[in-house]
This record gives sequence, structure tokens and C-alpha cells, in this order.
Amino acid sequence: MIINSINQKVWPKWLNTFNLGLSLVVILVFIAISAPLLTDYDPNIQNIAQRLAPPTQEHLLGTDRFGRDLFARVLYGARPTLLLVSLVIMITVPIGLLIGICAGYFGGWTERVLMRFTDIVMSLPSLVIALALVSILGPGLMNGALALAFTSWPSFARQARTETLALRRSDYLAAAKMQGISGWRLIIGHILPLCLPSAIVRAALNLGGIILSAAGLGFLGMGIQPPAAEWGSMVANGSRVIFDQWWVAAVPGCAILYASLAFNLLGDGLRDKMDPRHDK
Amino acid sequence: MTLSIPSTGVIRRFWTRRLQPLMSGFLSFLLTLFGLLVFTFILSRAAPIDPALQLVGDHASEATYQQARHQLGLDQPLPMQFFNYLSQMLQGDLGVSQITQQPVVDDLAMAFPATVELATVAMFFGALIGILLASLAVYKPGSILDHIARMISLLGYSVPVFWLGLLGLLFFYATLHWSAGPGRLDDIYTYTMEYNSGFVLYDAIRTGESEIILNAIGHLWLPVAVLALLSMASITRLLRAVMLEESNKEYVVLAQAKGASRLRILLSHIFPNVLGTLITILALSYTSLLEGAVLTETVFAWPGLGRYLTSALFASDTAAVLGTTLLIGTCFVTLNAIADALTRWVDPRTR
Repeated sequence: MIINSINQKVWPKWLNTFNLGLSLVVILVFIAISAPLLTDYDPNIQNIAQRLAPPTQEHLLGTDRFGRDLFARVLYGARPTLLLVSLVIMITVPIGLLIGICAGYFGGWTERVLMRFTDIVMSLPSLVIALALVSILGPGLMNGALALAFTSWPSFARQARTETLALRRSDYLAAAKMQGISGWRLIIGHILPLCLPSAIVRAALNLGGIILSAAGLGFLGMGIQPPAAEWGSMVANGSRVIFDQWWVAAVPGCAILYASLAFNLLGDGLRDKMDPRHDK
Repeated sequence: MTLSIPSTGVIRRFWTRRLQPLMSGFLSFLLTLFGLLVFTFILSRAAPIDPALQLVGDHASEATYQQARHQLGLDQPLPMQFFNYLSQMLQGDLGVSQITQQPVVDDLAMAFPATVELATVAMFFGALIGILLASLAVYKPGSILDHIARMISLLGYSVPVFWLGLLGLLFFYATLHWSAGPGRLDDIYTYTMEYNSGFVLYDAIRTGESEIILNAIGHLWLPVAVLALLSMASITRLLRAVMLEESNKEYVVLAQAKGASRLRILLSHIFPNVLGTLITILALSYTSLLEGAVLTETVFAWPGLGRYLTSALFASDTAAVLGTTLLIGTCFVTLNAIADALTRWVDPRTR
């Protein structure tokens, strides 16, 4: 492959996708944890006298239509986003791994039924299904996470199945079997640890998309409910005054872009590290 | 083998290689559709709103309420209810919408062309630019162009589409006046339009009046641009990865060693080999556009499926929500099945 020589001189070696993504994510987590230290404002205190104020020294990013400080709301908004995303991952990864490993390990009809089910869920429109689910379950953090999790586990299951299939014929699994290890002990102790790394990569790759879906739910009023500071619903609030006070919608949108970009970079970087077949 | 008479072997080969995969693809399509129906059925029964109570009102007597339940078939066992539900769906009866007081099917028939118009035009430009950008990136991997392609696709992949739409409106509509703003046509034209196929751009072109055509394009281009960016990003990202992987294979090295130019390798070696994957990528992108339309239509007040779905969500109009879910889901499943069949048809390796 031809690599541009100028490019190598300008681009420092340590600044690869992985490091960049990782530092952006670390900053995001830091902001979520230490939001009270970074701003003096309470994100939910209303001050009608100061409503829709433009960015000034006093309010770094201006205020929304209830006079709440936007800078504080954007900082605090990192919390529900990260919480929801980690809930989704905590639900989807174990379920996906369980289904995928069982399908790959047991084979036969178990595999056919499980993989058919996985394929069905995978070919459904995730955001629309999530919206339909939330409309029945009711909006909120937990329900939003459940709705998003419902359509995001199949990719984990497929990957885990492929890896288990490859492992099934491996020597070390045969050795473990000869030692008398079988059934669930074999699955959890010997197959699961080998499927986990690629599941983590997949999780990182999916996180950006999940953040966007979560923000979409919030934008449509189906996510975490007001007055909690949530980026998607903040954009929706700002969309009413987009032509006059554009920053009310623009600022939380930047935060969504930042978070999703950070996780996408991290995911790309992780994949490049794990799978040398992809470029770099 | 004689050439004059097709032996039974040819027919059998045609069956096992061409028809059998098509049949199994069709079966799995039906199965997925069935799964979708099971999902919407469960949701419709799990809805907190009691349809019988909705019909008779709060003050009805117990007997009236039971009568309504019986009429709606809610007193029957669940498998029977599911069977009734299936036969209703197959007859195109999706129930009555609470907001419009019209059959959901009629509402969907009104909204569907608007979404298809938006998604198809966006898909056309997204695919065109996406394929071009991915090819340029693979033409010289690691070049400035490659980096630009990566950057654009990463940004397009990460940007919240509703926010991008809002900024687009702010910039191109409110500030620059380049876009005609929300909706599909200005009001004067909407009510004087002679044709009504549901596809406004097509109707406008049929009137032959440049003013109307320009107005339709003025309304269309901004939401199309937003959605096209989205599909372009995903197409570039996926196609670039696939083509790059292909260009590291030995047959490419061989072609290079034999002195074939990069362009020739790209066009006559790599491209035919990724064609099957390209079809899958395009189908995936089109389905995600149908979904992205939900958020974009809300921003642009575009009277399609997405806006219908969101207004139904706000009014907790279960019949309308599930009807739209079913329609979008069916489009997804159908497109996936068609893409699978096409992939098998063009790519002999998958047979």
C-alpha cells in the first residue's frame, strides 16, 4: 500500500484514532462525574428574568427559555446519556453473548431457532421499534434503555456465534473437555473469556449509534423526562426558538456530536488494534 | 455434455444454484414478517389503553363493556386473537387512528409517498457521492483524499440528524433564504396542484410550470441534503473498508505486478468483487434512510411517515403507532430480502 510521505511527517505517531477517541471519552466521563465542580449553576434552577440570554461572561453558553444556565445543563446532561448508554450495554452484551455462545456451542436445532430469532430482530428498524416500545412502556430512563437494548443485542449474538463455531474445533477446548470440564463450566470458563474482547470492540462501535438513538428518543420527548437535563430534549426545546436564539438548540447538539464522535473514534481505534486486517 | 439438448443436470443445477436459494430466501422473508407481526400484536395487547373502554367510554355499564369486548374479540383466547389479528392485517385493516379519525391504512397511504420521495432522492445523491468518495479513498489509500473521506464519513456517522436539520434551516432558510423552508410546497401551490400522486416533485414536473417545480425543489433539497449526508457517510465508511480489504488480496498484488494501472485494478478487479457487498450496503443505507426520515420529517414538517409516527406518539395513538411500525418494518424486511436475492444473483461466490 502506498502511504503518503507528507502525511507521516505532519501527523504525530501517538495521535492515532484509538488515543484520540479514548481521551475524548475520558474527558466526557470526567465532565459527567465532576459537573458540580465545573459550574456554580444548578441545571434545574429557573430564572425567568434571565431567559433566553445570549452567551455572556455570566452565562457562558447563554440560557434556555426558563432562564436555566445552558453550560450547566450541557455538563449535567452527560450524566443521563452515559447512564442510559451503560444500561443498554449492560443489558445487551450478556444477552447477546449468551444467545450467540449457546447457538454456536449446542448447534443443531438450538442454533437454528436462536439464529433465526436473532436475524428477525436484526432486520427490524431499531429506532422505530424503540419508539413503539417506549410508547407502550412509557418514557423514562429505564424504559428507554430497554427499548434501545431490544434491538441492539443481535450483533453481539451473531459475532459470539461465529467465534464459538471456530472455537468448537480448537485443541484447547478438546483438552478442557478431556479434563472433564463440560456444560456451563466450559461455556463460562473457557468460551466466554475468548468471546469477550471482540464483544467489547463491538460494544464500543455500537455506542456512538446508541447515543444518537438515545438523543433521538429524547428529541421526540420519549427519553428521559424533563426537567432533567438531557441533550436530545434540550435540542427539542431549543428548536422552538431556533431562528431567534439559535444557541439554545445548537449547544446541546454539539454535545451529542461530541459524545457520539468520541465513542465512534474509540470504537474504530479499538477495532484497528484488535483486527490488523483493517487498515493501519 | 452435449450442447444441443439441455440435460437434466443443467435443470438440476439451475434449481440448486438459483431457485432453491431464492425459495429459502422467500421463506425466511415470510418468517421475519411473521416475527414482526407477532411483535406488533404483543405490543397492541400490552398497550395500557383498553380498546373496549375507549369504544364505550367511562360511564358504560358492565354489560355494554363486555359486549364491546366481545365485539372486538378480546374475550377470546390469545392464539385466536392473534389469528384474528393476522387476518385483519392481511386484509389491510390496521384500525382507526385516534387523531385523524380515519383508517390508519388511508393515513399511511397519504404519508408513504412523501417519505419514499425524500428517501429515494436522498439515497440517489448519497449513493452517488458515497461510492465516488470511497473509490477515491481506495484509489490512493493514505492520501489527503482518503483522510478527507474518512473525516467526512466519521462526522456524518456521528452527527445527530435532527440537529443538523435545525442548523440547516437556520442557515439556509432563515439567514440565506436559499431553502423554501419546512413543508413540501408553498401554500398557494399546495391547494392549486392539479395532480395528486403523492410524489410532489413528480406532480410539479407534470404541471410543467417552472415556478412550481422550483418551489418543490426549494422545499426538497435541504432535507434531502441532510439525509444524503447521512447515507453518504455510511456508504463511504462501509464501502471503503470492504474495498480496502479487497485491495490487499493476492489477486490485486498479482495484477499490480503484471503492470495493471490502479484505475484498471479498481474498476475491473476490485469493483466486480465487492458488487455483492455494495448491494447489501445500499439496501442497508436505504432502510436507515427510511428510519432517519422519522427525525428529519419532524424537523422539516414533512408530511410523511415519520411525522405521522411522531404525532401519533405524542397523542398515544396506539393503532397509528403500530400501523406505522408495521409499514416501516415491512419495508425493512422486504428491502433486505430483495438485497439478499440480488446479492446471490450477481455474486457466484455466495451461491
